[in-house]
Amino acid sequence: MIKTVSKPKTSSYDAIIIGGGHNGLVCAAYLAKAGKSVLVVEKRPLVGGAAVSEEIVPGFTFSTFSYVVSLFRPHIIRQLDLVKHGLQIIPMETTYNPIPGDRGLVRWADSERTRDEIARFSQRDASLYSEFGLAMGRLSRFAKNIIDTTAPEPASLNPKELFKLFKMARLFKDFDGKLRYLNVKLMTMSAVDFLQEWFESEPLLPAMAGSGIIGTFLGIRSPGTAYVLLHHYMGEIDGAFRAWGFSKGGTGQISLACAKAALSFGAEIITDAAVDHIDIKKGRASGIVLENGDDIRAGTVISGLDPNRTFLKMVGEHELPDDFVTQIKRYKNRGSSGKVNLALSRLPNFKDGRPGHHHLKGDITIAPSIDYVERAYDEAKYGAFSRRPFLNIVIPSLSDPSVAPPGKHVLSAFVQYAPYNLKEGADKWPEQRDAFGNAVIDTIEECAPDIRDCIIHKQVISPWDIEKMTGLTEGNIFQGELSLEQLAFLRPVAEWSRYRTPIHKLWMCGSGTHPGGGLMGAPGELAAKTMLTEGGV
Amino acid sequence: MPKKSPFHQRTSQFCQSMNWKDWAGYYAVVSYDTHHEQEYFAYRHAAGLMDVTPLFKYEVTGPDALRLLSRIMAKDISKVKQSQVTYCCWCDDDGKVLDDGTVTCLSQDHYRVTSAEPVLHWFHQNARSLKVTIEDSTSRFGILALQGPLSREILTHAAGGDIASLGYFRLIDCSIDKRKVTITRTGYTGDLGYEIWCENKDALAVYDAVMESGKNYQLLPAGLAALDVARVEAGFILNGVDYFSANHCVINSRKSTPFELNLGWSVNLDRDSFIGQQALKKEKKEGSLWQFVGLEYDWDAYESIFAKFDLPPQTPAGAWRTAVPVYGRNGKQIGQATSGAWSPTLKKNLALASIRTGHFTMGDTLQIEVTAEYERKRCPVKVCKPMFFNPDRKRN
Ligand SMILES: Cc1cc2nc3c(=O)[nH]c(=O)nc-3n(C[C@H](O)[C@H](O)[C@H](O)COP(=O)(O)OP(=O)(O)OC[C@H]3O[C@@H](n4cnc5c(N)ncnc54)[C@H](O)[C@@H]3O)c2cc1C
Repeated sequence: MIKTVSKPKTSSYDAIIIGGGHNGLVCAAYLAKAGKSVLVVEKRPLVGGAAVSEEIVPGFTFSTFSYVVSLFRPHIIRQLDLVKHGLQIIPMETTYNPIPGDRGLVRWADSERTRDEIARFSQRDASLYSEFGLAMGRLSRFAKNIIDTTAPEPASLNPKELFKLFKMARLFKDFDGKLRYLNVKLMTMSAVDFLQEWFESEPLLPAMAGSGIIGTFLGIRSPGTAYVLLHHYMGEIDGAFRAWGFSKGGTGQISLACAKAALSFGAEIITDAAVDHIDIKKGRASGIVLENGDDIRAGTVISGLDPNRTFLKMVGEHELPDDFVTQIKRYKNRGSSGKVNLALSRLPNFKDGRPGHHHLKGDITIAPSIDYVERAYDEAKYGAFSRRPFLNIVIPSLSDPSVAPPGKHVLSAFVQYAPYNLKEGADKWPEQRDAFGNAVIDTIEECAPDIRDCIIHKQVISPWDIEKMTGLTEGNIFQGELSLEQLAFLRPVAEWSRYRTPIHKLWMCGSGTHPGGGLMGAPGELAAKTMLTEGGV
Repeated sequence: MPKKSPFHQRTSQFCQSMNWKDWAGYYAVVSYDTHHEQEYFAYRHAAGLMDVTPLFKYEVTGPDALRLLSRIMAKDISKVKQSQVTYCCWCDDDGKVLDDGTVTCLSQDHYRVTSAEPVLHWFHQNARSLKVTIEDSTSRFGILALQGPLSREILTHAAGGDIASLGYFRLIDCSIDKRKVTITRTGYTGDLGYEIWCENKDALAVYDAVMESGKNYQLLPAGLAALDVARVEAGFILNGVDYFSANHCVINSRKSTPFELNLGWSVNLDRDSFIGQQALKKEKKEGSLWQFVGLEYDWDAYESIFAKFDLPPQTPAGAWRTAVPVYGRNGKQIGQATSGAWSPTLKKNLALASIRTGHFTMGDTLQIEVTAEYERKRCPVKVCKPMFFNPDRKRN
């Protein structure tokens, strides 16, 4: 834990960061490390934003929103000494796809064992599986180059930009023909179409395609979802791609480590302090005004909020060029996910005939068939939550016993689809929340019939709740969809992908900027480094 | 052919990987699963249960037990109180280390020694004219190491005794499932942990009871591969890897003294004579030839060595034990790293090394050999104390 207050020590700072999400905290740490006076202003009583741990019931620590980590940049961990500040990652070794009345499919760390599992459904798929992993690994390395640097500016004539593009092109050229096509396909195809070029069997296909829809309002058959698949493959832990893990003590510990790093470099953090608006004088940001009326001055204001909230709520349309406002309004935030967190008195029994619980230690995806996932999307298209949703479940207490009392467990279910805009209206979510929670538990029950007997407490979070709690517009988990037209030099909008904004001395550092959403710290880091080299602060 | 420990029936039942090795004449599990990762993380976040029966064990009894051990050990054993355990090493006449292990004071005239190698002959040789009996009790007891942050909770459940107030390197006699056991708060992972001694006949009952209590704490049977990573993080030396017992060295230069192994803290020079005392006093005055240190790889440099081949940085999956050269500022070899590991907890690539005195100071950057795509490269490493991981819970 860190102790925070809600009043700043002084009335003026080199930089004020709005929002204590992990990106805001990373940005603060880098700026403070460079000697700047920095204040982070967070609305909630605790820092972390979408990455928080909360003891909802005594003894049970929930990762309220974000629940697994993989994309966090290893060099940020080193540069900010986050291990010293408490960051600990426990890798997940299995991926389990339960099928009611069957053994389901488990992919293990042991590749031979995984091959046997897949062979139960298709010999051909089993023999291709590791080849696919290798190809994706090679592509991820290409993508890693993209996420570890600022987005290239294709319209620029600056030699540095051209070099960056050239370097990327060269990396791309190094790919053999097959891999190059693969890359193009990834950028344009649907997750299912892309995977069907390799695999034929269920449940492998929907299980793998699942990560292509996370955080998007798209179906697994919608074009562009293949890229999101890669985004999830890009994660690395200790240099190993495609490795996901739990943060010990819940994902909030990652945010806390970032906060402690920022504090250690002299940054200040205030909580329970909601920003009402950014003070703009003659097109220049000069400070912020809190909801309680407090006024704090800053040389530079940096927003860790999503683009929509930053420009339409904190700045105001009247301060911005019309075409910019149009683009921001067009920027897609369509929230599509919810979360159900359960405190369990014991481990539920997934009637799969598998001994022990080793296969439950990693992620558990409920996506038994392509049609199942597509049907879930169909309902969402017309403004209803899925009666039988796609679920990504984890039981972190099996790997990190510190999050639950002995013998008890926490279960986190990430749910898609839960459209923010219900056909009855987003504000009807409080009325539908219970039914939504029940649909999720019914879905789990089909694989683990005794789940209801194990529940001590449940927390159901709709996209409307996500927005209310974290400020993420429409509850979009990535501060804006990771679709091709809003990535890299197009994130959040063309010509403003470099953390700058049309307002002088107002910068951005959240997931709504390149390289996008997920617990990775990269937007915060790249924003800070850009500001420091370009005299932004 | 290796022997089976009294826990074999259980360890073999859990050892899915069939990955065994011969440890001091016993079958020992390298990793229960095909990969040791889960076991490592159990050691660091829950608890791991390991069969450490193969340690050599000796009961030194009689009125002169203390005199014998004071004569042999480089540490002053007279300071060890009843129910206390101490870590120590012992040397030959030239002050060269023969082995390292623990001495436990069970009573005034009963001490227990553990070692990596057999010592019976050496002890007998030095016990002439003393009223002391030395019994090799290696095959009389089974030992389980229960290590990890939740080991205390698990043991509190399993054992009828005040585990909660058992101090670091202390011992308690109590019972597990009505069988007599001796529990010491010791281990080789650098974390909170205990070792449980029981009679062979009770071994399976004790094992089962501990596993049963561990159910609610994600206790896993854990093997040597996970232990090896943990002990590198803790900076613990290993006989036969980081140094060689003087008994086995064909050439003198291969031998090491306690000071050279960073065990100077465990040497008590100013007291009645003990084996190696003269040589060690001289060395203390004149300085040691070698120093045992920790090395931390410069990760960016490490990554770029592999990037030149368009490869991601390759870290070994477990701990390694094949020595590699370490180079000084002038590019000449000044020592060797003898073991190392990527630390999943600290997110650092680590090594333990012996470096010649006078060629460096703490905090210096040296170079270590790294093989990338069959080519030998050099990577900068920072010299530090050989203890990378040392959580408060270990002692408190
Ligand atoms: C349900 C859910 C599940 C997810 N699962 C994963 C996952 O498993 N793995 C993964 O990598 N990513 C996941 N994500 C995505 C990831 O968590 C986010 O992309 C990331 O945490 C965003 O961080 P950020 O710092 O950019 O923004 P945020 O975390 O959104 O930070 C913005 C901060 O601003 C604060 N704020 C808002 N309004 C104001 C105001 N007016 N004044 C002051 N402060 C304000 C908010 O409280 C918040 O702390 C998930 C997200 C959600 C919502």
